[in-house]
Amino acid sequence: MNHGTIERNGSLLLVLSLLVVAIGGLVEIAPLFYLENTIEKVKGVRPYSPLELMGQNIYKREGCNLCHSQMIRPFKDEVERYGHYSLAAESMYDHPFLWGSKRTGPDLARVGGRYSDEWHREHMIAPRNLVPESVMPGYPFLMQPLKVHDIQAHLKANKLLGVPYTKDQIDNAAVDLVSQANPDSDGAEDVEARYPKALVRDFDGKPETLTEMDALIAYLQVLGTMVDFSTYDAKANLR
Amino acid sequence: MDPISTIAAAAATLLAIILALYSSAQAHDTVFAVHMMIFAIAGGLTLFFLIRNCSFTAVKATGPQMYNDSIVRYGVIATLFWGIVGFAVGVLIASQLAFPALNFDLPWTNFGRLRPLHTSAVVFAFCGNALIATSFYVVQRTCRTPLAFGGLAWFVFWGYQLFIVLAATGYVLGSTQAKEYAEPEWHVDLWLTVVWVAYLIVFFFTLLRRKEPHIYVANWFYLAFIVTVAMLHVVNGLAVPVSAFSSHSYAAFSGVQSALVQWWYGHNAVGFFLTAGFLGMMYYFVPKQANRPVYSYRLSIIHFWAVIFLYIWAGPHHLHYTALPDWAQNLGMVFSIMLWMPSWGGMINGLMTLSGAWDKLRTDPILRMMVASIAFYGMATFEGPLMSIKAVNSLSHYTDWTIGHVHSGALGWNALVSFGAIYFMVPKLWSRKELYSLKLVNWHFWTAMMGIVIYASSMWVSGIMQGLMWREYNSDGFLVYSFAETVVQMHPFYVLRAAGGLMFLIGGVIMIYNVWRTIKGEVKVDQPVSQIITVGA
Repeated sequence: MNHGTIERNGSLLLVLSLLVVAIGGLVEIAPLFYLENTIEKVKGVRPYSPLELMGQNIYKREGCNLCHSQMIRPFKDEVERYGHYSLAAESMYDHPFLWGSKRTGPDLARVGGRYSDEWHREHMIAPRNLVPESVMPGYPFLMQPLKVHDIQAHLKANKLLGVPYTKDQIDNAAVDLVSQANPDSDGAEDVEARYPKALVRDFDGKPETLTEMDALIAYLQVLGTMVDFSTYDAKANLR
Repeated sequence: MDPISTIAAAAATLLAIILALYSSAQAHDTVFAVHMMIFAIAGGLTLFFLIRNCSFTAVKATGPQMYNDSIVRYGVIATLFWGIVGFAVGVLIASQLAFPALNFDLPWTNFGRLRPLHTSAVVFAFCGNALIATSFYVVQRTCRTPLAFGGLAWFVFWGYQLFIVLAATGYVLGSTQAKEYAEPEWHVDLWLTVVWVAYLIVFFFTLLRRKEPHIYVANWFYLAFIVTVAMLHVVNGLAVPVSAFSSHSYAAFSGVQSALVQWWYGHNAVGFFLTAGFLGMMYYFVPKQANRPVYSYRLSIIHFWAVIFLYIWAGPHHLHYTALPDWAQNLGMVFSIMLWMPSWGGMINGLMTLSGAWDKLRTDPILRMMVASIAFYGMATFEGPLMSIKAVNSLSHYTDWTIGHVHSGALGWNALVSFGAIYFMVPKLWSRKELYSLKLVNWHFWTAMMGIVIYASSMWVSGIMQGLMWREYNSDGFLVYSFAETVVQMHPFYVLRAAGGLMFLIGGVIMIYNVWRTIKGEVKVDQPVSQIITVGA
């Protein structure tokens, strides 16, 4: 076909352009939805508890992902610095992924359990009090009460997208949200039953109020802790 | 507009206002309430202008149809305005990284919320308006016909400004989908979709009504840019809102799938928004300013199809060594390297258009600006494939090198070619004989150029240095530096980078002054640039 034909026909130019730009995406993206190693489930990875999910939303709201990655690459220095390299399954319930693209601050994929709740709280309020070299902004305003209009709706939206929240988890979302930061409450034990390994405690040193700080620290403390790497079989996950 | 269409449009607007007010009252969160109120106010303004512009006299059916340039004039002003906003926020957040006290530790001023404000202001507000304005300018002239659906074209312009306002207010109030360059929430995304489809309709039907047998090459690029961005935006924007009255949504895809869809989008926001569209700009304004034909017709065909085909594949190079399968990473790398060739095809076609007119570089600072932009395009499209090589990427990824790379593209290529196009268009759009001052263009050129060089080189040094420090072992086999120790080393380069950005901003202010005086119809009597240079030499 002579190129003049295309140049004289606007509709043809439009259709051909669209076809040409559609190919690459189709070939690269479509297989990811059925290839074994991208949809595998790894033991231990579970949906976020309501409080962790709200913490993740605050993480997104404040743009934490713009300076902190959550993707440890399989290099010696990264594995030594941050821990086992990240698995695809570990972010399978993140809508969207929060791998990040820039490390102005360190990677957080396995920050869970590395620091105490108190350290996180003080660090978030005034980072340079604990890390003098840091260029992180302070987030004192996270000590305000956590406002959630309808926590069930958040879980339902995730369920619609394939996150396997059970009916039990959705029905009790509102109770779980409050109980996870209050170990003395009646619902505290249920949170641990519904969300294995969930940490149930007052995260922000302010037991009388459920704050945004509670949610964010609950989220940070669970990051990278769901998979037990002492029993994880990497060979079965070669990619 | 005639009374019948006015009534129809007014009725639709009124309905939209009522819907917006209702949604605002029902809103589950502040952002949604504010955004619906902004919609209602925009609707009110639309209603006011609809009624005011209603004409009861019969519309003239004949007479020579004029180009719709009024919309381009608005577009030029919007481009300049958002440009300054984007550069200024950039200088602010660059300074925050050097002096963290500038965050003020308030929700609305912290880096995390202002960074999307900066990127969106530059990419979507500044570059987006430059694209809309120049595409409307170019398509009318190369098709020798006014814009199809003039009213819809105005909807595109104002609808796009509304999108920018919604996105920007959303960021500051903490509304984000957490996807880079696709941060706006679902309701803002839906609005952009409507505006973008209208843009496609206006552009495409103007092409169909052309009085030239051939579609000029600039329009191929503009058309591919518009239609591809529509595809990318719709797929990457898929999300489930928490409720119809909540500003919050969850992205349709998660984990690996989400990562690749996002970088398929993200890389092609670069490939089509910032490359294809701007190549369209280059193909019209460079030959015009140089007064020479495009170097090679054949090359433009080959590099057009190759660029749009290959670009789409390059996304995975943003995900090297992540949990994305290796085969996808490798495909991304291979296609990124292949992309080097057609990219340089475009560069050569642009540069060689100056064949026989190279002497104009000494006398014409506008043409010099355009040529410099093509040179930066060539540099950035060489650096890109280099950084997509996995071994290089293992060092550059997560560091400032990437930031420097993006800025040599955005400042060097996108901004300079837009500046050139604006300097070209302004005297024509406002029927002025010439620009207020070419000497000021020269000043703008050199401040911007020094700003870019300082910016890019400081980011090269800081990026490569930090990447090397992260992986440095001592003789006992221990990592030498803690993360915090590498952060300290960044400080001088962050200060330098902010200074480079400030120079670029100053250049922008010089431009605004020059354009403003030109619009007022003034001409500064100064020595022609040619004489200055000859005297100096």
